[in-house]
Amino acid sequence: MFWINTKRIIKSGFVHFWRNGVVSLASVLVMSVTLFVVGALIFMGALLDTSLQQIKEKVDINIYFITPAQENDILAIKKSLEALPEVTSVEYVSREAALAKFKDRHSGDYLTLQALDALDDNPLGATLNVRAKDTSQYESIARFLESKNALASDGATIVDKVNYYQNKTVIDRLTQIIKGSEQLGFAIALVLILVSIIITFNTIRLTIYISREEISVMKLVGAQNKYVRGPFIIEGMLYGVIASLIAIVLFYPATSWLGGLTEKFFGGMNIFHFYIEHFGQIFLTLLGTGTALGIVASFLAVRKYLRV
Amino acid sequence: MIYFNKVSKVYRDDEKVLDDINFSVEQGEFVSLVGHSGAGKTTLLKIFLAEEFPSSGTVHFGSVDVHTLPRRQITHFRQKIGVVFQDFRLLPDKTAYENIAFAMEAAGRIDEEIANNVPNVLELVDLGSKMWNFPHELSGGEKQRVAIARAIVTEPDVIIADEPTGNLDPINTYEIVQILKKINDLGTTILLTTHNKGVIDSLGKRVVTMERGRIVRDDKVGRYVL
Repeated sequence: MFWINTKRIIKSGFVHFWRNGVVSLASVLVMSVTLFVVGALIFMGALLDTSLQQIKEKVDINIYFITPAQENDILAIKKSLEALPEVTSVEYVSREAALAKFKDRHSGDYLTLQALDALDDNPLGATLNVRAKDTSQYESIARFLESKNALASDGATIVDKVNYYQNKTVIDRLTQIIKGSEQLGFAIALVLILVSIIITFNTIRLTIYISREEISVMKLVGAQNKYVRGPFIIEGMLYGVIASLIAIVLFYPATSWLGGLTEKFFGGMNIFHFYIEHFGQIFLTLLGTGTALGIVASFLAVRKYLRV
Repeated sequence: MIYFNKVSKVYRDDEKVLDDINFSVEQGEFVSLVGHSGAGKTTLLKIFLAEEFPSSGTVHFGSVDVHTLPRRQITHFRQKIGVVFQDFRLLPDKTAYENIAFAMEAAGRIDEEIANNVPNVLELVDLGSKMWNFPHELSGGEKQRVAIARAIVTEPDVIIADEPTGNLDPINTYEIVQILKKINDLGTTILLTTHNKGVIDSLGKRVVTMERGRIVRDDKVGRYVL
């Protein structure tokens, strides 16, 4: 009996969906818009994430060592820095590498190069470029270095300067901006999703309001609640499935059109590639959201008219 | 079979819609309830169907007190009663066949039985040729015949017909009454409400007359007296 009923409910849901073509179409379209918003937020999130990540990666602090500093001592400091949990990477630039880089950068500038040649010794000190996991962590790294300052092999200080303090205001501002944009992005996403969900809920409520007479007739003919409710829930599911298909298909032209633009604007991130790479994930998210919305909205809307 | 025992219904504004109703219907009877609009006929039927609850008194169907049934049992109870309304109340997006099949599906009948009985019952109400038409493609009389077919297809013990001819012309009214008579002859109890003097007079069956929520007459072979 259970299977017969399930079969009848599913069939009835499909038939009702098909015969109420215009109403179904309206619900599907509204839900497509909702899912499009959800999808767009996924893309926005990814864009925000990668661009913030890129900005974060551009921030580092440099430790300049005095010229007579021994490589061993520097490498020891590098090692202890790498042991810190906040640190992602530490890059060692030796004096020779620093000189080569300097020469390379000033390859057209004969005056400077001549002046450099006039010196007996390489005037440049070695540096360590330290990168933290989070911009807010640079301060603690800088403080760590201060305490480490005296720690040269012979007790003399080998650190010339740490440029954190010059960059402090910039880093602080950046940290604030990153935090702010993450929070703002989250708030906007929340509001948009909430609004779309409410609109979808109301649309489905209206489609079921149209059927309220039918529901009461079904009850009076002796149908059980679940037998009346079932087809409407199947319909709600159908809205979700079809709407998610429409949304995911619409994202193809939308992202391929915007892909080049985003690549230029956000530097590196192409949302069309993101769409192709994460197609499965995005589709499943939309499908899941759509069907869940359809089922819950139908369930709640029918419940009101079942009390006969 | 149906027993109303001191049934009263008072709405919030202290208006007595039903006042101390006592009457019973035996199996196989054809009872007509007559009275002006607002006399309480429809409320009486709604209370019998457990759509509404009485303010006091009890209604029994056989030995069962209808208003003490849990929700699930109410569904089963309603499957024993066929209902026909003045406004037909067919499911608009289902064909005549599907409307009737729905009642059987709701009662948990198997597919073979449905495929057998639905055409038969449509023949009985003379609509075999309109089996696949939607309600909006049928005339008022045809819709009401579909509604009657839906009511009888589950072989209920009682048919409740609430003003079934209210929206129909005299010829269709006559046909509907003939169908109801035929069903009654086959052994089904019928409870009919109507305004139609002609219908009552032509039936020659029991007539219960209501006025302002009270039963004022109950004649074994009644006429329309108001």
